[in-house]
Amino acid sequence: MSDLIKLSAAALGEKLAAGEVSAEEVTRTHLDRIAEVDGRVHAFLHVDTEGALAAARGIDSRRAAGEKLGPLAGVPIAIKDVIATKGVPTTCASKILEGWRPPYDATIMTRIREAGMVMLGKTNMDEFAMGSSTEYSAYGPTFNPWDLSRIPGGSGGGSAAALAAYEAPLAIGTDTGGSIRQPGAVTGTVGAKPTYGGTSRYGLVAFSSSLDTPGPCARTVLDAALLHEVIAGHDPRDSTSIPRPVPDVVAAARLGASGDLTGVRIGVVKEFSAEGVEPGVSAVFRDAVETLTKLGAEVVEVSCPHFEYALPAYYLIAPSECSSNLARFDGVRFGLRVGDDGNRALEEVMSLTREAGFGDEVKRRIIIGTYALSSGYYDAYYGQAQKVRTLISRDFTSAFEQVDVLISATTPFTAFELGSRTSDPYQMYLADLYTIPTNLYGGPAISVPAGLSDGLPVGLQVMAPTMADDRMYRIAAAVESVVGTFTPPAL
Amino acid sequence: MAAISREEVAHLARLSRLAVTDQELDRFAGQLDVILQSVARVGEVAADDIPPTSHAVPLENVLREDVVVPGLTRAEALSGAPDAAEDRFRVPQILADEE
Repeated sequence: MSDLIKLSAAALGEKLAAGEVSAEEVTRTHLDRIAEVDGRVHAFLHVDTEGALAAARGIDSRRAAGEKLGPLAGVPIAIKDVIATKGVPTTCASKILEGWRPPYDATIMTRIREAGMVMLGKTNMDEFAMGSSTEYSAYGPTFNPWDLSRIPGGSGGGSAAALAAYEAPLAIGTDTGGSIRQPGAVTGTVGAKPTYGGTSRYGLVAFSSSLDTPGPCARTVLDAALLHEVIAGHDPRDSTSIPRPVPDVVAAARLGASGDLTGVRIGVVKEFSAEGVEPGVSAVFRDAVETLTKLGAEVVEVSCPHFEYALPAYYLIAPSECSSNLARFDGVRFGLRVGDDGNRALEEVMSLTREAGFGDEVKRRIIIGTYALSSGYYDAYYGQAQKVRTLISRDFTSAFEQVDVLISATTPFTAFELGSRTSDPYQMYLADLYTIPTNLYGGPAISVPAGLSDGLPVGLQVMAPTMADDRMYRIAAAVESVVGTFTPPAL
Repeated sequence: MAAISREEVAHLARLSRLAVTDQELDRFAGQLDVILQSVARVGEVAADDIPPTSHAVPLENVLREDVVVPGLTRAEALSGAPDAAEDRFRVPQILADEE
């Protein structure tokens, strides 16, 4: 294995800037690694070999011409297949979009290209980002590089696995209920959900519009911050984009790496210490609290009494929005069309297309959403869920009057075996128990590796107030400075 | 909260334009019932005086100058269509023959 693929994105960027290595060489090395291991990991749905090499050569030429480039210029990146990439297949891991090549780039993709980064390809995911294990991909699951019999988390399992398997130094994920942080936790990588509205959703195939947030996946906290800096910021094409400056997350990550947290107040969410947590996960979390205390932080218990209702509220709000968003997949303007034999009417063709194109979990959520929004049930389900959302936001607001950030384990359990939860969808939903409250509130949160339990990674989640993304990077970097990063067994 | 029946699932699937098979109906009815029973807990806490939150960011209408900017070309817009004819999306007939 080449040493190049083990480098952090920050270190790669420095080597590229110093002319010690070319972008083409870095790209080729990663493409070789993908060719070597992805048959076993299946992190990628599409590898854009030609496009990546062409982009890399372009960066090398610009650098040779003396152009001043950003810190990540020439660094390769993998993109979750829910992000529109011009001319490159974008399927959301669904049959209904098989072969679709968008005629435009998502805003974050434009920014990634402008930063001179090299897209290697599109990563596997749960279909339309609905799932917690990447087992609901229509193109087969991704396998966790730590143990190929286990799930890599979901829905961004492909992005996280690509990092853990050293196929890419950076990746993009999207987080609707934990789909960046949860795969980060179970693969021993870093996953950050920015403040909702801090990163543009333009060109992100919508699942639940009031929750979806694109964000960085990396192997180190500083790398995540560097990518965050590239993709964040106001976008006039997204009406939910916040027109305010992005906090200096890179400076915060560097500050945190010094390991001094004197004067920082950290809250442990009391309600998260309840039953259902694996003992090994609890043990790593207790060690993390001890670490933070040793670094000078004051750690106190904080009550968020409505967090226990976050999961039920989420599983009404997200399917409701999904049932509406996915109405666009009707076999008319793009993607699959089934049953158009010249005799069937549009509605029947639509039904047959959606039956053939969507997988089980997507269908389940569309039906739940249709139910929750239907006359007679709207007030009892969707309306109540929106009120719970208010209560959860109030819990966060009140907590952040007492402490700077909140912490918890990212997931209640480590990576489970493939197939062990697919027959019971509600059991699967529990994987996102700790990540969901943040999505309902809209604030930023990050998962940083905190230790191992029975040889499998455990993540620590740091949650911060809205637009205070820098705070979470500081705390996460401080944890990383003590516990280090984690390397899976050789593939 | 009332349990969700197989017939209700079939009705919801029709409303959602999903042609579900008998096997799917059997499977979904049981699963959806478990899920809906579990999420019904939202009714326990949210009182009448709690305002609903639909969005984490306060939304306001966004306006821009009325300036013509390039959009997708016709060929680009049609590039992903399952069927196109005469520079337009071709769709199946809206009404069936007997209607």
